[in-house]
Formats: sequence, structure tokens, C-alpha cells
Amino acid sequence: MSDIRDMLVEQVDRLLSDRADPATLRAAEAGTWPEALWAEAEALGLPLALVPEGMGGTGLGWGDAAALWQALGRHAAPIPLGESMAAAALLAGAGITPPTGLIALGLPGEAIAWGRRAGHLALAPGGEAALHAPTDWQQGRGLIAREPADRPVLGAPLAEGRLPGAYGPDAALLAGALLNAARIAGALETVLLMTVDYANTRKQFGRPIGGFQAVQQLLARCAGEVAAAGVAVANAGRAADRRGLAGAEFEIAAAKVVAGEAGGTGAEIVHQVHAAIGFTDDHPLHLFTRRIWAWRDGAGPERLWARRIGDAALARGGAHLWADLTSRDEEPAA
Amino acid sequence: MPSLQFPLRDTPAEAPALRAELRAFLAETGRDWPPMVPAYSWMGFDRDFSREVGKRGWIGMTWPKAYGGGERTALERYVVLEEMLAVGAPVGAHWIGDRQSGPLILRLGTEEQRREFLPRIIRGEMAFAIGLSEPDSGSDLASLRTKAEKVPGGWKVNGRKVWTSSAHRCDFMIALLRTAPAPDPKAKHQGLSQFLVDLRSSGLTIRPILDLVGQDGFNEITFDDVFVPDAMLVGQEGNGWEQATAELAFERAGPERYLSSLPLLTEALNDLRAEPAAPEAVGRLLARAATLRQMSLSVAGMLQEGHTPAREAALVKDAGNDFEQALPETIRGLVDPARTPPQVLEMLGLMTMVARSYSLRGGTREILRGIIARQLGLR
Ligand SMILES: Cc1cc2nc3c(=O)[nH]c(=O)nc-3n(C[C@H](O)[C@H](O)[C@H](O)COP(=O)(O)OP(=O)(O)OC[C@H]3O[C@@H](n4cnc5c(N)ncnc54)[C@H](O)[C@@H]3O)c2cc1C
Repeated sequence: MSDIRDMLVEQVDRLLSDRADPATLRAAEAGTWPEALWAEAEALGLPLALVPEGMGGTGLGWGDAAALWQALGRHAAPIPLGESMAAAALLAGAGITPPTGLIALGLPGEAIAWGRRAGHLALAPGGEAALHAPTDWQQGRGLIAREPADRPVLGAPLAEGRLPGAYGPDAALLAGALLNAARIAGALETVLLMTVDYANTRKQFGRPIGGFQAVQQLLARCAGEVAAAGVAVANAGRAADRRGLAGAEFEIAAAKVVAGEAGGTGAEIVHQVHAAIGFTDDHPLHLFTRRIWAWRDGAGPERLWARRIGDAALARGGAHLWADLTSRDEEPAA
Repeated sequence: MPSLQFPLRDTPAEAPALRAELRAFLAETGRDWPPMVPAYSWMGFDRDFSREVGKRGWIGMTWPKAYGGGERTALERYVVLEEMLAVGAPVGAHWIGDRQSGPLILRLGTEEQRREFLPRIIRGEMAFAIGLSEPDSGSDLASLRTKAEKVPGGWKVNGRKVWTSSAHRCDFMIALLRTAPAPDPKAKHQGLSQFLVDLRSSGLTIRPILDLVGQDGFNEITFDDVFVPDAMLVGQEGNGWEQATAELAFERAGPERYLSSLPLLTEALNDLRAEPAAPEAVGRLLARAATLRQMSLSVAGMLQEGHTPAREAALVKDAGNDFEQALPETIRGLVDPARTPPQVLEMLGLMTMVARSYSLRGGTREILRGIIARQLGLR
């Protein structure tokens, strides 16, 4: 299982290294759809990767998805592939055969990246899933990520279905949270690498700035946050594989909180170390940090997910806190 | 950059049964612990408690049966540690022996040393102290000067150790001593050796030092011509630095590096229900706790496989210290003193003070981040 995952992640990393260069990212922000990249992603079968084999997909799980989404984040992939994968998975979960091509994922209140390119839209409110073919899109643009961000004009759904209980009442939000957390974790890996490189080459006072303890301490802190985000995301993916999206609500929420916090801290540190050059349009750093900031808000900011965790814990009370934390991946004692 | 990896681990199949046993034991034993106990937890000291823990086979769990050990897995041991820490049990009388002194003796000690010390540690009868820091050697540990000179049949030790936790209550100490002068100031890591020092040796004076809470937690130890027999050298003469740094992987790797203040969250939780800011703040803490737990488990898994994850342990300790230090401050920001039981306020007050030690003991935050930075490739 994990061999297949590693192989796929490597494939995606390679594809994006070739096809998601800064020029493509910038062009995408200016409204040019990265057709070649999308076509290759389709050729690899990625959009339907989470759909069961019987419905034309590859049958991967949420843990695999999280690893792939993290790879998308590492390259700030300028296509909504993660959303399309999640949308297809939810449709398939409700027994609706997902159409080919880009499927947009509808989240409450959110504009949809590249909605205008999507032939279809999946919605999954209240334990149902619905497939739409929007009649039109109100076009917009993300303030921070700068990508096209559109809102659908809906007609009647093409198909509707009930999701199995394991998906819970807000499956789309949970999948979206896992996606955004994973992308943040991936982008953080990249900006940390970029910044270590920069610190080792940029010289001031006759030595690389990476030799200064103040800089080292910042980057060490950043590395701790990057590691935490990655572990939180992997843990959420594993939990969703084991217990379904709804059963993994705690882990997904924790991943969104930790990745969001790590994103804030990490972006702050890498900009501080890059200083003025990193504040320029020319430098590629912001191609990643702006997305980190945007993804923090995608599928609910840290505040929302933290409250969910906190409300549940407060309701259960102190006597259950530790037992609840440790029992999640363990069979109860006989 | 050779980035640090933290592959996920599952707790072992035995975990639920083990937890049930521990929880029953701790609920019974800990019924009347005052807030001071969880506030100090593994810096606390309770021989009766440690003997009871030893009776149940929860010390030296992974060691060979030949010495009285349990030959259980490192991850089973991990479950025991986290259950103890989650309630802040006073584990100090066996913690150091179980965590580092015993494993060191097992790895590098002579057969006589193993037979002499391990069974007693396992029974919870022999408490160990850590003899590293000196008045002029803290973070720059290798600069230490307490020296052991060769004499017939053994070594003559002179100098001073300081901050030695619970030494006045312990039996033995593993001391890092200078057995040969450093060939030059850059090679100060050479010429160090580790010894088992009987804390009741003549010429050895232990002076308790009160900490800022007012507790006699740590000590100054003066060596005045203290004789240490040859048989008490651990490992190889002159190899002390390598040995001690490998020991640090054990010292830094455990769940005690993120769980120190968790009992406060448990204790305070029900009284935060009326506070509108509590759900978000508590949620953030729990998101971190769950993530740190996975990171910590991952490091335990590496130890189980025989690796020495020194850098991974440094990263998890640093991240864990941030969390366990932030926790009391977060709780303080949420409690209404007028409506909070005195028990909770007392634990909060104590932990507010004790928390300062988290990012000092076992290597300061700055030193840990220096290790991580070097791992990142920064020079
Ligand atoms: C509660 C408690 C229990 C302890 N128990 C024990 C024990 O049982 N046995 C034992 O041997 N020791 C023990 N210690 C000592 C502990 O290991 C030391 O406090 C620690 O190693 C730091 O040494 P120091 O206090 O001398 O500080 P110093 O090394 O003097 O450091 C002072 C400050 O300078 C910073 N600093 C120092 N060098 C650098 C550098 N190169 N780069 C950046 N910053 C630097 C430090 O991070 C710190 O902020 C204990 C400490 C505490 C607080």
C-alpha cells in the first residue's frame, strides 16, 4: 500500500517539477489555465484516483490522498486537482459515477478556484451528495492566492445520492480541510528548503546569514512547525482511512489547526529571513506563502476547527480527556 | 537538506489492557495527591510509589529477563510512561534509572554492573541522579572540570556537580568526569568518562538547593577526594562524551517532554465550560497535544528499532516544551479566579512557576534549536 503511495507521490512530484514552474504559476494567476499540466494529471488518472476501481478510478484512500495533496502543496500546483479528486470521491461515495474532466468542489460560502473551467460541481451538504452542471459562473479572483475564484449559478442537479454514514453530515468540509491542511504542510516544506538555501548563500558581514544564531533559531523553530504540520496531516489521513471522514473529524480538525498555525508561523519566519528580496513580486517565495495564507482560510480557518475540538472536549469533561485522546486508534480492552 | 522524518506509529496491541491496569492503579494510588505531585511529576520523588510500580513490572520493562526485566517492547513501555505522565504521577525515584542509567548499564556496563544494578532499579529500590552539569559547565557541557585521577584500584574524584535533581534522595549517580586533560581547547570532548558514583561515598557532600517554588528539587554535589573503584567505570575510559550524547537521545526522546503540564488541562477543563473563549483555546491545545503525541510515538518507534534518533528527539523536545510551557499560560487566560476551585488555582500557580524549567532541563531551547539548525544544514 505504502509502496504504491510512495510511487504515486514521486510521480506527482516529478510531474509538478516539470510542469508547475514559477512561470506557469504566474500565468495561472493572470488567468491562463495550465492546460498541459491538467492534461498530464488526467493522463495519470489522478482526478479519479480516490474513486473505486469499479467506477473507473484507482481506489486510493484518504491517507494516499493526503500524501498526494501534500505533494501538490510542495509545488503550489496551480490546478484544483485536489478539489476535483475530493469531489469525485464524494460523488462515488454516494453512488454517483463521477464524470470525467474537472469537477469543482462546493464548500459553504467559498468561491471555487477555477470554477469556470469545471464542467461539473459536486456538493455534499447534510450527508447527501449532488452532481451539478452549473449553467454559469460568476467570475472572480482570490485576493491572496490571486487565482481565478468563481461562484456557480446552479440549475437542477444531474444526480443525487445519500452518502454512507461514515462520511458524516459535512463530508465536503472535512475533505476540504484535509486537502488544505495537506497543501499547507507541503508548501511549508518547500519554503523551508528555499530559505535554508538562501540563508546559506546570502552573505552579510562577510558570512552567510545562516551562520548567525538568530537566523538559525528562527529556522529551527520553522522546522519544528513544518514537521508538526506533516505529522498532523498524515495522522488525519490515517484516521480517515480507518474510520471514515466523520470518524476522523478530530484528527482532521487537529491537522487543520496545526497546519494553519504552522503556516502562519512558517510564512512569518521565511519572509523574515528572506527580508526585502522575499517581499518582491520577482522572487518566487510569495507564490508559496500567499497560497499558504489562502489555504489557511480554505474549508474553515483554525478558529472554526479548534472550536469543534474544544466544544467536544468540554462537553466530555476532564475525566475523559486523556482516555479519549489515547483510545482513538486502539481497540478497547476486552 | 536531509529532512527529519516522523513516520506514524501505532501503539502496540497490548496497549488497551496495559492502560486499563495502569489507570486502575493510578486512580487508586493517586486519589489523594495534592496539586504539588502533578506539578512536579517526574521531578517528584516517592520511593513507596516507585516500589509499587516496580512490583507491577513497569520498570525496566524492555530489559532482559535475566536481570529481572520484562522483555517487552519499547512501545509498551511508552504506554506506561504516558499513562504515568498524563496524571502527573511522582515517578522521579525510578524515572532516571528506567530511562537512561539502566539502559546505559545494559548497553555498556560490565556483567557485574548489570547484575548489581539492574534488578534493584527494576524493583524500584535504586534511584539514580544525573551528574552532568557543573557550576561553569551548563550548555557547554564538554568544558566540565570535575576530574577523576587514577589511583591504585580506582579513581580519586575532585570537583563539583550542580543542579543534580533529587540527588539528596538518590542512591547512585552516573557522573561524567574528566579522566584526562583535553589535548587542546577545541578537543574538550576528549578525555571524559562515565562513572557509577555511590552518593554515600565519603568525601562526597550533597547540599540541597531550593528552587523558585521553594522545593528542595536539586542539589550541589562537592567531591573532595572521593574514591570510586575501577569496577564503577561505565563503558570505555575516554569515551564518555560519545556515551553521554547517545544517552541524551533517551533523555530527550520521551513523552515527558510535552506532557508535563497536561494534568492541569484535565484538572481545569470542567471549570472552563462557562468561558466563551475556552472552546477555541482548548481545541488548539488538544490539536497540538495529539500531534506531539504522534511525533513522540514516532521517536519511540525509532528507539524500538535500535536507532539513535538524537536529532528527531531534539526537535520533538523543543516543540513539546513550547506546548507544555504555553499550556499554563493559556489556562490562566481562561479561568475566572472567583469561580474556580482552589485545587485548580493551586495547580495553575505551581505549574506557572515550574514551567520555566521545561525549556532548560535536558538541554535548553537554544541548544536544541542549534542542533536542529545544524541538521538543516546551517553552519
Ligand atoms: C529543574 C532542573 C533540573 C535539572 N536537573 C539536572 C540534573 O539532574 N543533572 C544535571 O546534570 N543537570 C540538571 N539541570 C541542568 C540543566 O541541564 C542546565 O540548566 C542546562 O544544561 C543549561 O545550563 P545552565 O543552566 O548552566 O545555562 P547556560 O548554559 O549558562 O545558559 C544560559 C543561557 O544561555 C543560552 N546559551 C548558552 N550557550 C548557548 C549557545 N551556544 N547558543 C545560544 N544560546 C546559548 C542558554 O540557552 C540559556 O538561555 C537541571 C536544570 C533544571 C532547571
